[in-house]
Amino acid sequence: MRIYLDHNATTPLAPPVADRMAQALRDVWGNASSIHHFGQQAKAALDEARASVGALIGGDASDIVFTAGGTESDNLAIRGAAEAIEPSGRKHLVTSAIEHEAVLNTMKALARRGWRVTIVPVDASGIVSVDRMREAISDDTALVSVMHANNEIGTIQPIAEIAAVARERGALFHTDAVQSAGKIPIDVRALGVDMLTIAGHKLYGPKGTGALWMKRGVRLVSPITGGKQERSRRAGTENVPALVGLGVAAELAQQKMPSEAPRLAALRDRLEAGVVSKVSGTERNGAAAPRVPNTTNISIDRVEAESLLIGLDLAGIAVSSGSACSSGTLEPSHVLKAMGLPHARTLGSLRFSLGAGNTEEHVDRVIEVLPGIVEKLRSLTTVGGRK
Amino acid sequence: MSGGVDSSVAAALLAEQGHDVIGVSMQLYDNSQVTESGQRAFGTCCTIDDLYDARRVAATIGIPHYIVNFESQFGEHVIANFVREYVHGRTPIPCSHCNSDLKFAELLDRAKAYDAEQLATGHYARIERDAAGLYHLYRGADNSKDQTYFLFSLTQEQLSRAAFPVGHLDKSTVRAHAERLKLHVTQKPDSQEICFVPDGDYAKFVERKAPESTRPGTVVDNGGRVLGTHAGVHRFTIGQRKGLGLSSSEPLYVLEIKPESAQVVVGSRDDLGRTSLTASEVNWTSGKAPSDWLRVSAQIRHRHAAAPAKVRRTDEGRAELAFDAPQTAITPGQAVVFYDGEEVLGGGWID
Repeated sequence: MRIYLDHNATTPLAPPVADRMAQALRDVWGNASSIHHFGQQAKAALDEARASVGALIGGDASDIVFTAGGTESDNLAIRGAAEAIEPSGRKHLVTSAIEHEAVLNTMKALARRGWRVTIVPVDASGIVSVDRMREAISDDTALVSVMHANNEIGTIQPIAEIAAVARERGALFHTDAVQSAGKIPIDVRALGVDMLTIAGHKLYGPKGTGALWMKRGVRLVSPITGGKQERSRRAGTENVPALVGLGVAAELAQQKMPSEAPRLAALRDRLEAGVVSKVSGTERNGAAAPRVPNTTNISIDRVEAESLLIGLDLAGIAVSSGSACSSGTLEPSHVLKAMGLPHARTLGSLRFSLGAGNTEEHVDRVIEVLPGIVEKLRSLTTVGGRK
Repeated sequence: MSGGVDSSVAAALLAEQGHDVIGVSMQLYDNSQVTESGQRAFGTCCTIDDLYDARRVAATIGIPHYIVNFESQFGEHVIANFVREYVHGRTPIPCSHCNSDLKFAELLDRAKAYDAEQLATGHYARIERDAAGLYHLYRGADNSKDQTYFLFSLTQEQLSRAAFPVGHLDKSTVRAHAERLKLHVTQKPDSQEICFVPDGDYAKFVERKAPESTRPGTVVDNGGRVLGTHAGVHRFTIGQRKGLGLSSSEPLYVLEIKPESAQVVVGSRDDLGRTSLTASEVNWTSGKAPSDWLRVSAQIRHRHAAAPAKVRRTDEGRAELAFDAPQTAITPGQAVVFYDGEEVLGGGWID
């Protein structure tokens, strides 16, 4: 039996998504920009998907820009807004220390091109302080980007409050909602954001799909130049069959959320309680804050995450930790570092992210297997320095 | 799994024999360069290419594959030792340290934690267990590829856990297996240089890691007469002839390196020959040092034809060795490995 507990990394396609995509791959192959029948058929399929994605986040279909993923949506929002606002003289960007690399590294890239970038720290619970944000955002701030839910610890950030601060200062506000969309209700108007990113493959849709919701009136200069697709906001022929899949996934996520969210929260709590009681030297990270229901992050003392991940995988359990670097090895989590955790505690942290396929049996199996693996690794003569 | 032919075939043969094989590659150093703007740039990044090869081979033979990050351990033990030795006027062998301090230490421990019975590598060496339960280490069947020189420090415990599936094969047979098993690395050339110095410029590498290595000094002859100057003892190895910066009627060779006075002593080829040496950190493969002088054939560098000698234990972990005939360029920092025919009896580091 293989148990997948890494749904924040990616999710399998929901079966209806795969079915509709397979059908679209065969039948809906027209170019959505064409005037003829084939183009109209493709355009109709896109529009239907657009409506479903809009509905998931309380937005209008026409404000959805389809992209090839969350990273691209983040780049479009941040680079696009920065370039559009630059002539106004605002030359300052604000973000948080626990953002996904798609946001953090985009901000850093702009910093190398002369933008002033403020990276606001988080508190020990993994929450961005609204007061610190208020201090950071100034009258020359062009854009603020703070993620909705964190990918590693699941904490939900006070987006509505931070967005209000940005608005007061005349700055645009973007949120990366890749890890919250489909897990908790989202209403872009209630949040008061200007732009919001989602990704298909985190909500049982296909990889290579994403969307950026843009409030009407927000101006971007697209970093990708080309044709006039997506109302000139994202050039390139739309990947219609994949976006059909994204639409179906959004629709399913919305339908299932009322029953799935409490189910996953109960499983997550059972997992946390079991691991913490069965493995000595464990601490939960970010658990004091509001969290998405499927995620827990647990530090395990005196053992390295890398060796734990391998041991768990050999036992058929797929989890993750930190972020994989280019070679596939692990680097200490910048999120846990930003929370001020001691280095040792960042090295031995595991992220369990539950999803549709998981059952109590899965959770109990982890609780049964993990203590033995931890003990074996702790008994290694070379751990924590050489013999 | 280094991504090379030997470890790839080793893994594939074990899988083919029905063993439950877990592929592991060690990430040992970071070859990416940080550019002036703070971005990581990837140039001729052999590491990532090799990891890619290992991963593809694992996928071809249908085994799981993991990368374990030993960068800090490798830096701390192997690279630091490499630099320190050069700064001290010695000529190190990082491959041996990698075997004894990483592969058959940290990695072997990991393997045990994952309930693996053995750690298999692509080394050209053979292990046999005798009736008394003692493990014996023999040269690889392909003597031209034999790697036992780098494995002299393995103990009985380590040998009991090690497997060398290509040790009884010659290189052409290994490549034939790679082709038969459709491994894409079939034609990959053997690695030649020390892996973490891909351009082969050891001096520059040492200087980058240890700026104090560039302490200038003099080149002198056997009588102490100054013949020239040099830019650091790390640029020299015993027996070296090129790059001395001297003009002389007869070819001159490095005879001795004196790090304290930063002197490099040179002389004629005849002066290079010596018959005796002492060694430290000596390991006896059987676990027991001989009680008296022992006749062996001894090898003093990777490409040296083992020569007749006698060896005896002096203090704990130390030995003295006398060759029957003078050997050229006995080099401190290199290993001396004792053989009885094909069998490794032990070895140590030349003082």
